[in-house]
Amino acid sequence: MENYYIWIPLAPLLGAIIAGLGGKWIGRAGAHTVTILGVAVSCVLSLMTLYQQYWGGAEPYNGTVYTWAVADGINIEVGFLIDRLTAVMMSVVTFVSLMVHVYTIGYMAHDEENWPAGSRAGTNSYQRFFAYIALFTFSMLMLVMANNFMQLFFGWEAVGLVSYLLIGFWSARPSAVFANLKAFLVNRVGDFGFLLGIGALLAFYGSLDYLEIFDAARAQPGLTMEIFPGVAWSVVTVACILLFVGAMGKSAQAPLHVWLPDSMEGPTPISALIHAATMVTAGIFMVARMSPLYEMSEVALSVVLVIGAITAFFMGLIGIVQNDIKRVVAYSTLSQLGYMFVALGASAYAAGVFHLVTHAFFKALLFLAAGSVIIAMHHEQDMRKMGGLKKYMPITYWTMLLGSLALIGTPFFSGFYSKDAIIEAVGASDRIGSTFAYWAVLLGVFVTALYSFRLFFLVFHGKERMDEHTRSHLRESPLVVTVPLILLAIPSVLLGLYAIEPMLFGDFFADSIYVDEANDVLAVIGSHWEGVLAFTLHALATPTLYFAAAGVLVAWFLYLKQPDLPALIRQRAKPVYKVLESKYWWDEIYQYGFAGGGRALGYVLWKLGDVAIIDGLLVNGTARSIGRAAGVLRRVQSGYLYHYAFAMIIGLLLLLTFYVGGLKGWF
Amino acid sequence: MSFMPDFALAAPEIWVAAMICIVLVADLFVPGKNSATSYYLTLLTLAVAAWLTIDAQWGAEAMTFSDMYIADSLGVVLKVAIYGLAALAFVYSRDSLIRNKLMMGEFFVLGLFAVLGMMVLSSANSLLTIYVGLEMFSLAMYALVAFNRNSGTSAEAALKYFVLGALSSGILLYGMSMVYGGTGSLDLGEIAAVAAADGDNILLLFGLAFLIVGVAFKFGAVPFHMWIPDVYQGAPTPVTLYLGTAPKVASVALFMRLIGDGLGAFADQWQTMLIVLVILSLAVGNIAALVQTNFKRLLAYSTVSHVGFILLGLMAGTEEGYAAGLFYAVTYGITAAGAFAMVMLLQRDGHEIGDISDLRGLFQRHGWSALVLLLLMFSMTGIPGTVGFYAKLLVIQAAVNVGHIWLAALAIVFSVIGGFYYLKVLKVAFFDKPEGELEMVAPGGYRAVLAGNGLAVLLLGLFPQALIAVCMAALA
Repeated sequence: MENYYIWIPLAPLLGAIIAGLGGKWIGRAGAHTVTILGVAVSCVLSLMTLYQQYWGGAEPYNGTVYTWAVADGINIEVGFLIDRLTAVMMSVVTFVSLMVHVYTIGYMAHDEENWPAGSRAGTNSYQRFFAYIALFTFSMLMLVMANNFMQLFFGWEAVGLVSYLLIGFWSARPSAVFANLKAFLVNRVGDFGFLLGIGALLAFYGSLDYLEIFDAARAQPGLTMEIFPGVAWSVVTVACILLFVGAMGKSAQAPLHVWLPDSMEGPTPISALIHAATMVTAGIFMVARMSPLYEMSEVALSVVLVIGAITAFFMGLIGIVQNDIKRVVAYSTLSQLGYMFVALGASAYAAGVFHLVTHAFFKALLFLAAGSVIIAMHHEQDMRKMGGLKKYMPITYWTMLLGSLALIGTPFFSGFYSKDAIIEAVGASDRIGSTFAYWAVLLGVFVTALYSFRLFFLVFHGKERMDEHTRSHLRESPLVVTVPLILLAIPSVLLGLYAIEPMLFGDFFADSIYVDEANDVLAVIGSHWEGVLAFTLHALATPTLYFAAAGVLVAWFLYLKQPDLPALIRQRAKPVYKVLESKYWWDEIYQYGFAGGGRALGYVLWKLGDVAIIDGLLVNGTARSIGRAAGVLRRVQSGYLYHYAFAMIIGLLLLLTFYVGGLKGWF
Repeated sequence: MSFMPDFALAAPEIWVAAMICIVLVADLFVPGKNSATSYYLTLLTLAVAAWLTIDAQWGAEAMTFSDMYIADSLGVVLKVAIYGLAALAFVYSRDSLIRNKLMMGEFFVLGLFAVLGMMVLSSANSLLTIYVGLEMFSLAMYALVAFNRNSGTSAEAALKYFVLGALSSGILLYGMSMVYGGTGSLDLGEIAAVAAADGDNILLLFGLAFLIVGVAFKFGAVPFHMWIPDVYQGAPTPVTLYLGTAPKVASVALFMRLIGDGLGAFADQWQTMLIVLVILSLAVGNIAALVQTNFKRLLAYSTVSHVGFILLGLMAGTEEGYAAGLFYAVTYGITAAGAFAMVMLLQRDGHEIGDISDLRGLFQRHGWSALVLLLLMFSMTGIPGTVGFYAKLLVIQAAVNVGHIWLAALAIVFSVIGGFYYLKVLKVAFFDKPEGELEMVAPGGYRAVLAGNGLAVLLLGLFPQALIAVCMAALA
């Protein structure tokens, strides 16, 4: 049974290699066929794994596939840990990836228009794009299937690399290059923490293997370390917080969130796949995977909870004032990722992962629908130049509506169940920071509804604000675009209804997620569980639903009923707008504070340390002496035979003296 | 006891010797363009020899011809590596020879003679066999270096190689005579027995110093390396390719049989001498390579530094160290073959690649070749993921395990210096502006072999266990 696991990551990798290296020869059709085939194989096998793990009653698999090296007792290896958590992630990743692959055929069909004429990078860009997204699928699968930190880190960095390549895919645009550099640098900060966390675990528990680390941590829960002399810190807490710093980078939590909105410079399919559905959820997956560690540290969980809550609420607010269609969805992603971390922080790991799954579907759907609008609008992304698209693009309209309803948490839609569960769980939690988190996520519901329907009304209803030329070309997108939309809409609507009971209150995750009994908020909620319908009806008695409804209503009033009002509000509440529009000045802080400060410091070090001391004395000094030595050697290599023979005889003599002399004790 | 030697045990050598005659005759009488018959017969010879060798000698521990010939696993690994590298050299050479109108059947005959010499060397169990094998392969090599009769540089290189080679043979022979005088035997087993019993035999110790010089010359270790740059540059590139690969394995054979087996008891003494050679080779090889502008000359000096690494492994004097040295020589051969093939198969403005700067724009013109070059240079530098990393790791590990930590540290410092000129090659190939004509002249088949060569360097780097296990088994 296990022997096919290896093909799950390998199939997309093969596709990526063929499309990437042979793109010139196999052409466009060849490239998308081979990568889609690879991802399809992987998707089918993943679903098979999920089936076997949940319905087939298969035991979790934990085994090594390939050992690259053993250094000082530490195995550097590729190994898989396949349990239900992994199987769910694999299925989500491969399914969304497959949809995105198909969609890309339509989205990138006229990619040559996005490049300056005669650009070298623009040749075969279509094939390259497919190679990248297939490579991403491989990396993501390596990440989720890992059974050790080395492979996790490999996957972690590999998805980061592909994300970097794809954000800057249109490398002829300065804004894209800026954005990918930014994503890269911000992720460096997170990855540094992540690496330190792995290092801490390795140093104190002597292993990289998940299960071995869990056992070792359980065996000595009180282990402490001294970072500053005299202050004892719990190893688990330090390691968990450091790992979470990595998760903050990858999953764009405040204050490391600044790269995600800018990443929208990349083509829309990857915004859907990488920057909404899969890669950015790697942090959530990682924390859930490490639940046995996090459960041992109240402090770390509180940090997760508070950071998640801040992101969930404040990033949602920014979404209200954005005008770029993709940026609105991007801020919504940030906010929803915050929700997931809130769930993790409240020890409701299952709820976090559940929201991850439903979010993956409806957010991918929203992005792809936004992409469909962008195709129709000829790559115009400003919502102020849209409006009334409903009659031109019915399929996009209806699927986007379903996605938005799921996002804001309308009863019977998937997002409702996952988000409501999170809010209930936080409400039931008594962890430090949980009251703040509860209000943040509750108010966040209103904000979510407001920006979602602001976008919806601005794009599809109201006056048609585009120019005449664009209007005449408006039409529904081709089948390769709309079919994935429809296929993604199905789980966006139905998944929650069916999955909530086993995932949250049943034994779906079995042993793959560990929750301490004292922290198990989901069990508390589960004790009142009386079926899906009762849960849904119960929502009528909670404020959540009314917050969402109020959000939609306000959006309707402001953008359809009284479209002049927003401008007026903007004028009256100028300071608030200013704060939101400049995104709390995080970008400025980083650019002038860190980047500017870094540059200034770098300048000083360069002038003083580098140019004067290192270059002048050390490097050039060394280089000069090596250069001189090489010059001497060159002269010795004169080309004259007798010189060579002479050197040999001298060598022989030297060896003899050195050696016989050494033997006789002459030296 | 029968007086009839066991011919069957030496079947591979007999087969190759017979085939040399057949190739020679066939080349005269079988019509056909460009000695195609000889070419295919040669490859067939090597393939069958590999099969015969593995079939008859793997795991054996038998002697024949009055104990002058030994068939054992070590010999098998050495010989199969030699066949493989020689075959690679013949395959790569063909196109270049035809283009330069040098394609004559004698190339293969001489090449096979060299192979036969190396085989005899690999299976030698007496000073006499060692010398016969060594000379057979050296003489064939001298002739090959002069293969381009109309070229002055080729002739000059051959003459230098020959004179210095003769000098080193003389020194080696002189050392052998002392060893014979000290032990009264030519048989390596008996020499080993005497050496073990009489550790202070000054005559033997003196002889050992001379033997080391002979071995060091074959390797091209400093200060016996002077021939390498001139010969590598002067010889026709196909010959350089051949000279730079299989003979390195043969040199390991020479060392293993003569010093490792025969005078293993004197390990303490020859270790000191090897350490001197290692340090000098690493230093001179790497530093001189830094200032080279000619690509073949750069590779020549890089060979010298790699020899330093091979000797570092052998110096350890343990099974682990021998295996590491063997592994290094074999994998270096594979890598170097690819690098020299690159020189042959690329042409700038109608000429073979000469200077490093001729590679500029390779990435833009021939992305595939540039990638292969990247893998080869990475492997030579020793970057993880390529086989060169494991080769370096194993020799350094072997040195550390016998307590020479500072020597290992020195080796690492020099491999960092080495990184500079390998990366410089890549910098030129990837980032310098393309100008002029840079063409991959060889037909598709050669490119496939080259790509396979690059891939082998990568795959062996990812899955090195099998080859390491073979090298260990050869010495167990």
